[in-house]
Amino acid sequence: MARMKFTSRAVVLPLAALYFLVPVGASIWFSVNEVEGISFDAYTQGLGTEGLTTSLMLSVRLGLATIVCGLLLMVPTLVAVALYLPGLRRTVEILCMMPLVVPPIALVAGVTTVLSWEQDLADTPFYMTFRMLRDESFPLVLVLVYTVMSLPFLYRSLDAGLRSVDLRTLVEAARSLGASRLQTLWQVIVPNLRTAVVGGAVLSLAMVLGEYTVASVLSYRPFSVWMVEIKDSEAQLSVAAAMLSLLITWGLLLLLTTLAGGRRRRTPRTPLDSGGEDGQDRESRDNRKKTVS
Amino acid sequence: MPDQTALPAPATGSVPVAGAAAPVPPAPDVRDGGTAPRRRGGRRHRWPVVVPFFAFLAVCFGLPAGTMVYGAFTVLDPESGASRLSTENVSGSLSGAYATGLTGSVELSFVTALLATVIGTLIAQAVVTSPRPALRGIVVSASGVLANFSGAPLAFAFIATLGTTGTVTQLFHLDRTGFSLYSFTGLVLAYLYFMVPLMVVTVQPALDGLRSQWQEAAASCGATRGQYWRHVGIPVLTPSLLGGAVLMFGTAFASHATAAVMVGSSQPLITIQIANALNGNVLVGQENLALAMSLNMVVIALLVMAVQIPLQRRSARWLG
Repeated sequence: MARMKFTSRAVVLPLAALYFLVPVGASIWFSVNEVEGISFDAYTQGLGTEGLTTSLMLSVRLGLATIVCGLLLMVPTLVAVALYLPGLRRTVEILCMMPLVVPPIALVAGVTTVLSWEQDLADTPFYMTFRMLRDESFPLVLVLVYTVMSLPFLYRSLDAGLRSVDLRTLVEAARSLGASRLQTLWQVIVPNLRTAVVGGAVLSLAMVLGEYTVASVLSYRPFSVWMVEIKDSEAQLSVAAAMLSLLITWGLLLLLTTLAGGRRRRTPRTPLDSGGEDGQDRESRDNRKKTVS
Repeated sequence: MPDQTALPAPATGSVPVAGAAAPVPPAPDVRDGGTAPRRRGGRRHRWPVVVPFFAFLAVCFGLPAGTMVYGAFTVLDPESGASRLSTENVSGSLSGAYATGLTGSVELSFVTALLATVIGTLIAQAVVTSPRPALRGIVVSASGVLANFSGAPLAFAFIATLGTTGTVTQLFHLDRTGFSLYSFTGLVLAYLYFMVPLMVVTVQPALDGLRSQWQEAAASCGATRGQYWRHVGIPVLTPSLLGGAVLMFGTAFASHATAAVMVGSSQPLITIQIANALNGNVLVGQENLALAMSLNMVVIALLVMAVQIPLQRRSARWLG
């Protein structure tokens, strides 16, 4: 029987490796392969083009704004619910998971309709709000929609983080030492939730950087929309940009695992710690297991 | 606010409570004197903390979603400009080409969810039982990255690999075999690229939760490996696997960018049809039809998600 297990692994993993590596390898080859040999023009010159930098910068700014917006909403809410309003816990959880039920394309269908009220509201003060929301250089409406879309990641990550710290004791200690509410939140709770905060933020950022549906329907031009726009004129550049975005995602998640690992290494000798197998997922799950059982 | 009064107030100034719960000795009386007057005010000010969250959701999620539902059941009369309630949009969105799109999406999601669940579980099991921890680390982190590699970049990677001028197509002359990336099969291949890693990440904790003692206990009772899986392993994993499959279905059902960039409108998919209707590519004045189609999507997603909730409770009992 042990032999059978061995062979099934020997078949599954190489096949999987083949399936997952070939598209990446083939794409890189596609982006450097020219008639007269190998050329890295798509990377050296193409990646410096103006369209790329402006669209990538827009994506990054949108991503950072989404993170700030999402964390400002979620951290105080979840802390307050965990401490004072346990009756709301289920409601908040369901509300945060709602964006999973409403696909981005359905959400943006609703958003376009709401935005189309602009003409009807032309005489009211709301008109200026709409103009601000749709500002070409920094469309706030995208930040709002992306924040909604990032709620599930943020909730999961922060919830796991909150379960793993003894929030009540921390708050009591901080408050009895004279810290204000804001100080407690900012200097005691947030540092203790660092892994969870970074985890949620990185996942949101990765989501925003790759987002295409909402931005293209609302006709803005962040990174992924730009990539699609140039696909007919500069196929190699678009594939190179796709590889760049894979590299960015990889870098972001690597950063996340490094930060999560760094935190664990600082507290290595607790007997309850199940030992460093891997990154944050395992850690938060272990913590949850502890609180459940 | 009954539950609030039932709890010991964390920011309390009353020394015995704070001293009993906190490892830190109670603060000097000077501090208490400073915080005590704020205590009652603090109680009153707990609700406002969550108000921004609910207000944000109401405006940024409730408003569009409500508009979607309302618009789906409203028809704008072109002559008088007045709108009236009607089910025309919904019935229109469930007939003809749009019905094909809906079934096409459901079919694609079902096939990919099934494949991703099976393949993802196999890979995760191969990794979990592997004696080498390095392999596990690599697969888990690679899965994390690849699960996030979807949308337009993924479509480009596949076009560059298996498209008409793709590297692999030209290398193996796949076009002669009749293979086309711009088909149902091609979409399945591309979707699996981010769904399988997602499944690996999702199901791996459940597989870790299968305790080796159970297998030993089964073996010492004389069960073969096959019997162990049939009577212990699979039943315990079923809720997690089904939950994973539901997540896969939802992910595939909602994804739009990959298909939009790869096949455009050549494959009937509801997400692409909604985007086309919203952009006015089909006919002007199709917005409400798009809203009705969106509503159909939400209804299907809700039905599928509803399956998952009781399942999660069950799996939490054994693997939580």
